Amino acid sequence: MSILGTRVVRTEDPRLLTAGGTYTDDLRLPELAGAGRITFVRSPMAHARITGIDTSAARKAPGVIAVLTASDLDDVPSAGDNPTAEPLLAAGRVRYVGEAVAIVVTEDSYQGEDAAELVSVDYEPLPAVVTIGDALAGSTLLFDGTGSNLAAAGGDPAPDDAFSGCDVVIERRIVNQRLAPVPLEVRAAAARWADGRLTLWVSTQNAQLARGALAGSLGLPEAAIRVIAPDVGGGFGAKIAAERDSIAVAWAAKRLSRPLRWVETRNENLMGMVHGRAQQHIIKIGGTRDGRIRAYHLDLVQDCGAYPRFGPFLATLTKLMASGVYDIGYAGATFRAVVTTTTPVSAYRGAGRPEATAAIERAVDLFAAEIGMDPVEVRRRNVVPPDAFPYTTQSGAVYDSGDYAAALDKVLAAAGYAGLRAEQARRRERGDPAQLGIGVSCYVEITAGDAPLGETSRLVVDATGAATVYTGSSAHGQGHQTAFAMLVSDELGIPMDRITVIHGDTDAVPKGVGTYASRSLQLGGSAVHQAAVEVKDKARDLAAGMIEASEADLEFDVSRGAWQVRGDPETALTLAAIAERAGPDGLVADVDFRPDSPTFPFGAHVAVVEVDTETGKATLIRHVTVDDAGKVLNPVLAEGQRHGGIAQGVAQALLEEMLYDADGNPLTATLADYSAITATELPSFELIGMETPTTVNPLGVKGIGEAGTIGAAPAVQSAVIDAVAHLGVRHIDMPATPVRVWTAIRECYSEPTSEPGPSDPGERSVQMAPAGPSRVSE
Amino acid sequence: MKVTVTVNGAEVAAEVEDRMLLVHYLREVAGLTATNIGCDTTSCGACTILLDGESVKSCTVLTAQADGHQVVTAEGLASPDGEMHPVQRAFRAEHGLQCGFCTPGMVLAAVSLLRENPHPTEQDVRSGLEGNLCRCTGYHNIVRAVLAAAGETAAQQTAVGEAAQ
Repeated sequence: MSILGTRVVRTEDPRLLTAGGTYTDDLRLPELAGAGRITFVRSPMAHARITGIDTSAARKAPGVIAVLTASDLDDVPSAGDNPTAEPLLAAGRVRYVGEAVAIVVTEDSYQGEDAAELVSVDYEPLPAVVTIGDALAGSTLLFDGTGSNLAAAGGDPAPDDAFSGCDVVIERRIVNQRLAPVPLEVRAAAARWADGRLTLWVSTQNAQLARGALAGSLGLPEAAIRVIAPDVGGGFGAKIAAERDSIAVAWAAKRLSRPLRWVETRNENLMGMVHGRAQQHIIKIGGTRDGRIRAYHLDLVQDCGAYPRFGPFLATLTKLMASGVYDIGYAGATFRAVVTTTTPVSAYRGAGRPEATAAIERAVDLFAAEIGMDPVEVRRRNVVPPDAFPYTTQSGAVYDSGDYAAALDKVLAAAGYAGLRAEQARRRERGDPAQLGIGVSCYVEITAGDAPLGETSRLVVDATGAATVYTGSSAHGQGHQTAFAMLVSDELGIPMDRITVIHGDTDAVPKGVGTYASRSLQLGGSAVHQAAVEVKDKARDLAAGMIEASEADLEFDVSRGAWQVRGDPETALTLAAIAERAGPDGLVADVDFRPDSPTFPFGAHVAVVEVDTETGKATLIRHVTVDDAGKVLNPVLAEGQRHGGIAQGVAQALLEEMLYDADGNPLTATLADYSAITATELPSFELIGMETPTTVNPLGVKGIGEAGTIGAAPAVQSAVIDAVAHLGVRHIDMPATPVRVWTAIRECYSEPTSEPGPSDPGERSVQMAPAGPSRVSE
Repeated sequence: MKVTVTVNGAEVAAEVEDRMLLVHYLREVAGLTATNIGCDTTSCGACTILLDGESVKSCTVLTAQADGHQVVTAEGLASPDGEMHPVQRAFRAEHGLQCGFCTPGMVLAAVSLLRENPHPTEQDVRSGLEGNLCRCTGYHNIVRAVLAAAGETAAQQTAVGEAAQ
């Protein structure tokens, strides 16, 4: 029986449970003996000119080895004529609170904090550009010579007649708020320069990409760099490659010719690690009263934070996925990406797709409310039908496989949708202060969006019969060691405990891409699978010679991991024996798996919330999901990814938001202020299985890492609004905090004061009079 | 100042700064790195240890306060022959960890919780672990693991009780 698809517990865990992992700051290597500790001096200003830095007092402080500033950056390549280039240390100007200005190197970390306080930086304040509106207004520019704060723009506006023929058109501004990724392990790095070679240990999702970033920033050939990712305590997209602070650590180690280590504080992390989301949307949806959506347009603005980095790309991903699961006559998107004097924004679990899904799911709900139809029914009437795959969207995405209506039906059946609506009606009838809300979302997302970049795998079976997998993919909690060993074991019959998986070291795995975009199994896993097939084939060729039989007469007995003449176990040659014959390297296969296309997982979520209408507090009481990511390799791991994803989606819907004041000071830069979701704010989840394979890769798998987040946030947001919809509430932005919900309810009890204007965040019905909020008589 | 802390049964003595936090003592002086640091506001619980048998966040304890006391970290939870503690076993069986960073603190918080309340409900477990953040698991399997460990511990106690009779 195949091990694939079975519930295999993780081989990673005993070490993590009994000894703890070895995360970057846990390294106690001889190469790092006597390493100096780095403490960054960070900008307390959102936007300012640096007019002077006095390091003299800091240099005299106990334990100080060196203090470095931008003036020491004379040995790195210049940024050329790129006006938005990001320096390793702020040079003359700071653009967000938390931007690195100087490096203090001390014997120990307590001394570092003391000495960093003594670095005196003179700032001449400049106006902060905190909001998207500020950025678009352009009265203050972040970068000289750019003419505007626009980093990118694209997409075509809706054709003039796109919305003609619609009975109803609704347009509304919504916010997809800025979030902090909050991996439990903050950023950390250690670096050593010796014998003309740099070694950087760094908490990263992509050792090989980090090496590329270092090479570019420091002007070193890649061969002179080794990057090692030790255990990584979560990433969620925020640890892709290496960002400036980690590169600065490497630079400082080279500059001082001394091993150095750095681990940030959580306060630094919430200001200095990238943020996610941070989009503002104008959604416009139109259709007929029979529930058919005719047209949809998303106009989005991406807040990139202080440097463009990944921000423009996020906007293009949102644009690509704008139409979601729906087959709509016209669907399109336009985007602008702007810079603001805030922490840079980059990939965070979902990276552009949660925003697309939240926008269209909100639009569909608004449309359903306007025409008075059950939102589930509207979805059923508009999803891409199962016989339409592969389905090419108007933005050019090719959805490989799916059955969106089936996912919706399954999740509704599991949730007991009709019963929930009946319970909701009873509570409404009796005016219960605890109102029930039911939110439904349908989603499709793109995983391995950069599929043609592929992923590498090297498989070695040695003369003892043990296997070693070298993968370019890189785990930080996903369970690659277990999953990839399962693939090898299934193909070659090698026991799990005789398979070693190695990743995250550029000397051991020189070529690779790493982990993001839910790409690990479909690319890295397929590469491992293919390597196992190739090893098996090579072994057959060798076995044929050893047995003196025709290859065609041989069969592989996977239970013994041996080739033999068909029906004759006496002739069996184990892989170990064949590997011995193969030579000192054993049986080896090198694979770079590069499929042509990404895959498109999909699903449907039902969230059930209780809203206390007296306080506005929303509590998620059930969350039921169908997440179809094709074939499931290991349900334990796939469910774990869904659980974690759901939690982060719920967190966005109900709790989490990075906030700034008008001067650009972060207000939520500690975990006492940023409300990272806890166990008490979540129920146990109800997961329903569904597997629609893809043909894009031999395993039939799609990505599952981000799906939960993408589906959960809109379902929960919708449920909160649904709970108070009968009071007249049509929309509440995320996070639906008690004060927001309470305010939304309160506003329904007061007369509308004026017609919403174009700059008003409120909804407006373009072709029909706005329906006044219905009143509840007490 | 000179302190002596018994860590996982072994005395660790050192001269430390008055301000040194216990978590830094464990990591930098005792060399035990399973105890992690995830925040600076006593919010995340990654540094949870047992101090005289009770779970505390070691980022909020001065080493001086632990002078003469007993500390158990994740490294000291398994039995001397390497057999994992029932809570550790349950975390593995129920996939209660992913990246593993919150795990040592989470497991010790759970051990302490079950000592105080051997038969918790799901809500008891959720409330009991509120001070420990996990970003990977959505807590789903952590809660299941703690409930499973409670069941296992209860079953063992019953077996021991029956044997005694």
